[in-house]
Amino acid sequence: MTDQTPAPSRRSLLSMIGVVAGSAAMYHAMTELGYAEGSTFTGPIKLSQPPPGTSVLILGAGVAGMVAALELRDAGYKVQLLEYNGRPGGRNWSLYGGDTYTELGGFSQTVGFDPGQYINPGPWRLPYHHQGILHYVNRLGVALEPFTQVNFNAYVHYTDAFGGKPKRYREVQADMHGHVAELLAKSTKQGALNKAVTKQDREILLAALKNWGALNANYEYAKGLESSNRRGYAVDPGGGLNSVPVPSEPMAMSDLLKSSLWAAIGAGCNYEMQSSIFQPKGGMGMIGKAFGKELGPLIQYNSKVIDIHQDEKGVTATYIDSRTGGEKRTATADWCVCTIPASVLSQIPMNVGDPMKAAINQLPYQAALKVGLQMKRRFWEQDDKIYGGHTYTNQPNSIIGYPMWDYFSKGKGVLLGAYVFGEPAFVAAAKPPEERIRDAVEYGSKIHPQYKREFECGVAVAWHRVPFTLGCAGAWTDAGRAEHYDNLCALDGRIILAGEHASRIPAWQEGAVTSALDAITRLHKRVMSA
Amino acid sequence: MRKQLFAVLAFLSLTVPALADTAAPAPPPRPNARGGKFPMQGGQAIYEGVCQGCHMPGAVGAVGAGAYPALASNAKLEVAGYPVGVIMNGQKAMPALGPYFSDTQIADVVNYIRTHFGNNYTDKVTAAEIKMMR
Repeated sequence: MTDQTPAPSRRSLLSMIGVVAGSAAMYHAMTELGYAEGSTFTGPIKLSQPPPGTSVLILGAGVAGMVAALELRDAGYKVQLLEYNGRPGGRNWSLYGGDTYTELGGFSQTVGFDPGQYINPGPWRLPYHHQGILHYVNRLGVALEPFTQVNFNAYVHYTDAFGGKPKRYREVQADMHGHVAELLAKSTKQGALNKAVTKQDREILLAALKNWGALNANYEYAKGLESSNRRGYAVDPGGGLNSVPVPSEPMAMSDLLKSSLWAAIGAGCNYEMQSSIFQPKGGMGMIGKAFGKELGPLIQYNSKVIDIHQDEKGVTATYIDSRTGGEKRTATADWCVCTIPASVLSQIPMNVGDPMKAAINQLPYQAALKVGLQMKRRFWEQDDKIYGGHTYTNQPNSIIGYPMWDYFSKGKGVLLGAYVFGEPAFVAAAKPPEERIRDAVEYGSKIHPQYKREFECGVAVAWHRVPFTLGCAGAWTDAGRAEHYDNLCALDGRIILAGEHASRIPAWQEGAVTSALDAITRLHKRVMSA
Repeated sequence: MRKQLFAVLAFLSLTVPALADTAAPAPPPRPNARGGKFPMQGGQAIYEGVCQGCHMPGAVGAVGAGAYPALASNAKLEVAGYPVGVIMNGQKAMPALGPYFSDTQIADVVNYIRTHFGNNYTDKVTAAEIKMMR
């Protein structure tokens, strides 16, 4: 902030910001208008026709592998995919009633959900600026519906705050903003900000703070209609007689600060969590299925790659049946796009140079846990008036996600009962699945006492036990990226890597898509220059 | 109006990096009720509470698209420094777990796996030695 901008125009700009009610809204508007950067996706890729018969072997039929396959096939390459699982999608995956999932160690779960119910153990959100994955979703005809990240009527809960009683998200946000606005207004009026704000701007700042923090005429954040219009009323206004609203009492600032609840209200501000977000109708796995249908017999399922070898003529992958072992078979092509996660690839012999090898070997995969819980009725809607979105807690389940489909249904619903990284995710992986589910029910019941009576069945996916990835996503460090990222992405002879791990949008499908498009663009350039 | 709007946007674009920074959720003072550290104490409790997530009950390991090595009857445990280094710094698919553990926890779990599951390496590693290796 400097005084170089001519005062009148600056004043008018600031007024307009006040008019449109706050920076969050403006930042959102900016991204909508393309002022903030999205991913590197710039539109459908156009590859020229390669020399006839040029072939590419693609390892892994997840999002990255299938994007590469689709585009290379369309360009005229001869394409073959090898996939460890018996289904397309990789981490793009939904679990439905009747599915059986067996994790490493042989722990098996048969999902007991009713028809129409599911959870997405892996990715579950499609932010509006992830235009790469959205392009393929639309191309493949996968139907979308809105995904709600922030629900102002969901809860924020810390076990040692306010006696363990959850607060509504809107109460926490309104009170935090309100108290901060009041403090700043006081400081402004007392002249404490005189050095930072020009005299002219002080009046505007006061107006903006009043607007942003819902302050009253005395610039106080206090019990009244102004604050209740943000945080909710003790008694809502209504129609007819006896319809006068009763304001609610804000939390005291000191209580709110000490509670740590404020730590949860940034959740929806992150770029990737901002509206609009989408989800495929019927589960994220619909995308993988649609890709698989499109690619058909190009994908060879149940194929476990055990060796990758390149020479001056081409690339050969040796593989066995992932279920039964059995005889070694080989697949050969001129080039190879390898999307096998680094956690697995580091264990497969592959003759690439030391820089790529070092890059693969330094990348472990994150611990993560998701638990789906089917409830006999949608008590969060019927009793708590929570329709979609998330409750945040400091318990080891971290999040409760409410289903964002079938609103107001009289039937059952599946909650996301836990979504966890780090320490609690490691601990959960060490437990049998039924214990992870029991824990999630226990934690959830601290917020929704209805859990105990309404819980029916669940499924728990701890990503370190997922046989095809050994973890959820590449756990890059800043130092690791600085030293190894370019080497991981570089073409090594006839082999190029792709996947979320070869992107700067780790763990997001957009990372897989943009990584695949970048890899095949560079590979194609190499082919055409040969 | 459109021109004015874009002027506002242009002005805001100067302030947005700061906005974006402040909008990113700061690490909460208590990321979860346990503060981000493994809560168990004692070698067996740590093995069963953390390590067997990958290395499995009985330390038998597991095989999928990739594998988790068995720690049972594993000659690589002969020198204590090897498991200590792998636990603290990670190796390939194994994440670095040093930050999640106290020195005592690492010493305890290393001493535990080196004397159980068919391993019989009785020399002990101490918390003080772990501290020096950090």
